[in-house]
Amino acid sequence: MRRNQGPQRILRPANAFFIAFSLLCALAFNLLPWPDLRLVPDLLALTLMFWCIHQPRRIGVGIAWLFGLTMDAANGALIGQYALAYAFLGFGAHVIHRRVLSFSVWQQAVHIFALLLVSQLLMLAVRLIAGGTFPGWLTFVSTVIAAILWPFITDLLLAPQRAPDDIDETRPI
Amino acid sequence: MEYQPPQFFKRGPAPLARLTFFGLLSVLLMVLDARFQYAEPLRHGLTLAIYPLQQVATAPVTAFNRVSDFFSSQTSLRRENASLRSQQLKNAQSLLVLQSLTQENQQLRKLLEARTTLSSPSVFAEIVYAGRDPFSRKVIIDRGSQNGIEPGQPVVDGSGVLGQVTRVLPLLAEVTLITDKNQSIPVQVLRNGLRGIAYGSGDGTTLELRFMPANAEIQNGDVVVTSGLDGVYPRGLPVANVLKVERDATAAFAKIRLTPTAGTNKHRQVLVIQHSEELPSRAEAEQKLKQAAPGKAVKQDKPKTTPRRGQ
Repeated sequence: MRRNQGPQRILRPANAFFIAFSLLCALAFNLLPWPDLRLVPDLLALTLMFWCIHQPRRIGVGIAWLFGLTMDAANGALIGQYALAYAFLGFGAHVIHRRVLSFSVWQQAVHIFALLLVSQLLMLAVRLIAGGTFPGWLTFVSTVIAAILWPFITDLLLAPQRAPDDIDETRPI
Repeated sequence: MEYQPPQFFKRGPAPLARLTFFGLLSVLLMVLDARFQYAEPLRHGLTLAIYPLQQVATAPVTAFNRVSDFFSSQTSLRRENASLRSQQLKNAQSLLVLQSLTQENQQLRKLLEARTTLSSPSVFAEIVYAGRDPFSRKVIIDRGSQNGIEPGQPVVDGSGVLGQVTRVLPLLAEVTLITDKNQSIPVQVLRNGLRGIAYGSGDGTTLELRFMPANAEIQNGDVVVTSGLDGVYPRGLPVANVLKVERDATAAFAKIRLTPTAGTNKHRQVLVIQHSEELPSRAEAEQKLKQAAPGKAVKQDKPKTTPRRGQ
């Protein structure tokens, strides 16, 4: 019997250690030596958005900003560039967090894509003002890939909260 | 005492307020970093904090490389061995020529009482990861100030100049590749000794040789090496090959595109050259020139600028 399924499924509370662990894993993923970075999705942004949407009272703009600052330092980027983009992502995720969860995961991915795109354009604008060059259209491919990954990230990060199916037939609820 | 309702749903400041606060803070940090370079301590602290995490992240990659090395087949090893041996023979021959040429060169230099060019010490380093920032071309290497790395030192790989150390942390250093938009390198065409400055074009694969006259004698395929005039890069390191020369009658300068000889996007092992050449400052040199030629007064009063090390 499949009772506890679908979007209305009751989830276990999220473990704070698991949240921290997933964010650190995503940060480590971003620090790996990739051959061509323009095609590699920004997993940290995706994970931050996931927790901002699913646990808005724990992860918000402030923590997203801190992770952005870490990315800036690690990449030798302008300090504040990723921080601004991630803070915006945290805010955007907070704005849509009540509405977006009623959609299916692929529809959610479209929302996520829009937010990621705006944050990328924000970063582009900052760098063009600071005197950079346009890095080419290929950079937007990573955003598309990140949006496609959203359903899989959702499955992966929600797995610990999904309780095993209760097969006790005699229980009233 | 004033009555306060119990805070059941305490949520802190509104998200928009937080976004405004952190957004303004980011802008402030960006201005401090871009204009005044005040954000360096913050950058150092954060980089040190994520150093262990980054080591953990790259550990599986390193382990995989080691394991695949271990299981590499005998045929591939033998093939590699044979090719290395043939290359070794070729190299040995050119090495012999080089040795005799070096001796001859030293003697000639003695005759000319010229300074002998010293071979510089170098530090072997490995690229840990490439910067994710799509707007600049930077890589992070696994040697830092603990290994004697200093800002401004040139970095080469097996086939040419890769870039320059621009930021040094205790255990890591940041190398800006020559293809970065803000990086420039003084060069010389090997064939005829024509000097110029090559700038990174920012697209990640090519360089530009700017401000060369439209009739400059450069052909496609010319080899471009460092000229050593800046005192940062040693002389004669291969930098790039000429890819395309566009001469336009309406423009004052030729448009010359170069492709770097070093694998700017490929290799993992690099060499940091600890090259230091004491060049006299420009003011001193001009003073000497004045003293040497008192009849011809040097009219122009150049501002006292010392050549900038680094970018």
